[in-house]
Amino acid sequence: MKRFIGFVKKEFLHIFRDYLTMIILFGIPAVLVLLFGFVISTELKDARVAFLDLSNDGTTHRISEKICSSGFFKRGASLDSFDDIESALRSGKARAVVVFGNDFERNLIREGRATLSVITDGSEPNVATQTTTFISAIVAGFNADLAGSDSPGTLLVQPEVRMFYNPLMKSQFMFVPGLITMIMIMICALMTSITLTREKEFGTMEALLASPLKPVQIILGKVVPYFFLSLIDAILILLLSWWVFGLTVKGSLILLLAEVMLYILMSLSLGILISSKAKNMQQAIFGTLVGGMLPTVLLSGFIVPIDSMPEIYQWISAVLPPRYFVVILKNIMIKGTGFLFIWKETLILLLFTTGFIALSLRSFKTRLQ
Amino acid sequence: MNQAILSEDIRKSFGEVKALQGVSLDVGRGEIFGLIGPDGAGKTTLFRIITTLMLPDAGRMTVLGLDAVSGYKTLRRKIGYMPGRFSLYQDLSVEENLHFYATVFGTTVRENYDLIADIYSHIEPFKKRLAGQLSGGMKQKLALSCALIHKPELLVLDEPTTGVDAVSRKEFWEMLKKLQQKGITILVSTPYMDEATLCDRVALIQGGRILDVDTPRRITEKFPHRIFQVRSDEMFRLITDLRDFKKAGSVFAFGQYVHFTGLDDEVECVELDNYLDKLNHTNVLVEEIAPGIEDVFIHLMKVS
Repeated sequence: MKRFIGFVKKEFLHIFRDYLTMIILFGIPAVLVLLFGFVISTELKDARVAFLDLSNDGTTHRISEKICSSGFFKRGASLDSFDDIESALRSGKARAVVVFGNDFERNLIREGRATLSVITDGSEPNVATQTTTFISAIVAGFNADLAGSDSPGTLLVQPEVRMFYNPLMKSQFMFVPGLITMIMIMICALMTSITLTREKEFGTMEALLASPLKPVQIILGKVVPYFFLSLIDAILILLLSWWVFGLTVKGSLILLLAEVMLYILMSLSLGILISSKAKNMQQAIFGTLVGGMLPTVLLSGFIVPIDSMPEIYQWISAVLPPRYFVVILKNIMIKGTGFLFIWKETLILLLFTTGFIALSLRSFKTRLQ
Repeated sequence: MNQAILSEDIRKSFGEVKALQGVSLDVGRGEIFGLIGPDGAGKTTLFRIITTLMLPDAGRMTVLGLDAVSGYKTLRRKIGYMPGRFSLYQDLSVEENLHFYATVFGTTVRENYDLIADIYSHIEPFKKRLAGQLSGGMKQKLALSCALIHKPELLVLDEPTTGVDAVSRKEFWEMLKKLQQKGITILVSTPYMDEATLCDRVALIQGGRILDVDTPRRITEKFPHRIFQVRSDEMFRLITDLRDFKKAGSVFAFGQYVHFTGLDDEVECVELDNYLDKLNHTNVLVEEIAPGIEDVFIHLMKVS
C-alpha cells in the first residue's frame, strides 16, 4: 500500500509540474464552455420582428404582444402585404416576419385551430433557428394559456415553421452534456494513455517493471490521480455553466455525479487499453483522437442528431460509449428524469468499462515485449 | 550456491534477428563481472533476461539461486538494475527520484543511506534540482543511487559509463570497487575495452555468442601472437602499406597507433622499420607491446 501511495504521489508531481498538462486539464474545459456558451446563447436579444397582420383582431394582437414582450424580440415594422416581407428581411430591418392569415381569430374559434407563419432570414442560420424555436415556444405558451382559459374546447394556434429538434427553450444548454462527454473522454483517455506511453518512451517503464511493483499497482497509480482531477473538471464545467449561463441541473445531482464517475472510469480504462497497445506517445495520441475524440464529436449525437445520420453511422454510433453518456446527461440535466429512464444506458457503459479493464489488464505485460 | 548468475544455453530471437545464440556463463558471488562487446552484441538482451524483464526462448537462467522465469517476483526485490538509457524522471528532483525508488522497493532512504552515502554525497548539494538538468556524470550517480537504495544483492549495470566524461568514469569504477567490498555482486557491460581490466573476470560477447570468459590478464596472455604498435606521419597510407606487407596478418587502427600482427611470430621490429623507410614514411615508430583486450577481441572475432 505504501508503494502504491508513493506511486500516486509521483504521478501528482508529474501533473502539477507540467504546465501543459495543467492547461489541458483546467484551461481547455473552461475555455470550451465559455466559447460554446457564448456562441450559442448570446445572439437572441431584442431581435427585430416585423408583423404582417391580415386579420388585425384581438388574438393576433395578443400573440404579437406576447412575442414582443418576451425580451428576445423587439417590435419592428408592421407590413401591409406579402411583397414587403422580402424587402424587410433584405434591408436587415427585421430578423423575422410573423404572418397572421385572414380571419385568424374566427378560424381559431370555429375550427379550433389557426395558423401563423414565421419567415426568417436563412442567411444567418443560427439566428434563424433560434428565432423559430423561440417563437414556437412562445406560441406554445399562448396555447397553454388558451387551454387554461374559459374558452370551450381545445383551441390551438399552430405555428407553421420548420422546427429543429428540441422545441424547448432550453436548447441553448444542449451543448453542456455534449461538452462534458467530449472533455471527459479527452482528458481521461488522452492523458492516461500519454502518461503510460511516456514511461515506455523515456525508458522509465523498464525501471518500474524491474521493481516489485505489480502491473495493477502501476495502472491504478496512473488512474487514481486522473480520476479525481477529471471529477473536479466535470464539477468545474457544471459550475461554470451555472454561474455564467444559469444552467441548473433538473434531476438528481448525486445521480449525475455517479454517472459522471462511471463515464470517467470508462474513459480511463479506454486510455489504458490504448496505451497498452501503443508503442510511443504519437501512437497513443493518434489512437485516442481517432478512437475517442472524433467519434465522440461526430457520432455521439452531440453535434449531429443520431436520428438524422445515415443508417451505417447509426450502427457505428451504437458501439460508441459516449453516445450513451450523452443520453444519460440530457436526461438527468435537462429533462430531470431519474435512474429508471437511464438504467439501460448505464448498464451499457458499465459493460464497456469492465470490458476495457479486462482487456487492458490482459495486455499489460509484467515484462518488456 | 556460490554462483550469483548461472546461464545455461540461453537463446533469444526477435523475429529474424538472433540476439542470443546459446549463451552460457556463470558469475560468482561478490565478483565484478564485465560483459564486453560492441553495440548489438546482445548485452542488453542478456541483462534483461537476468533482471527478469524478458523471457528466454530456450535455456535456463538461474539468478541468486532462483529461476529467473518462475522466481521473478522475489528476484525483482533482490536485483538493482540500471538500464542503459537514463531511466529516471527528468521532471522530478534528485531527492524525489531517490525517495520514489525507495518507496517502490518498500524501503526508505534513511534505512539504507549508509550504502549510498559515498555516491549520493556528490549530488546531495543539488538535491532540489530536477534530474533532467543534471550533468551526465551526476545523472549516472543518481541512477546508481536509485538502483542501490533497496540494498540489492546483485547490481546489474547496462553500459553505465557510456556518454560520461573520463573523470566521472574513473570515479564511477572506484565506487563499484567499494560496493564490491560491501558484498554486492556486480555485473557490468561496457563497450570500452580499457574498463575491462578493472573487472575481476570478463566475458567477450559478439553476435549473441560468448567468445571467451576469463580474468582480463589471462585473456590477454592467451593471445597467441606478438603484436607491434606502429606510427608514422601518414596514418592512412601506413595502414594500406602495412596490409600490403607480405608477412602481414592483421592490421587495424587503434587510437593514434596501428596495431600490427604478423602471419607468424618471426617478424621483427627492424623488418618493419626497413620496409616503411623504403616507402618514404617519416617519423616512423615501431615497438612491440603486450596485447590488450581489444586485440584479443578482434582476434577472436576473426577466428570464430
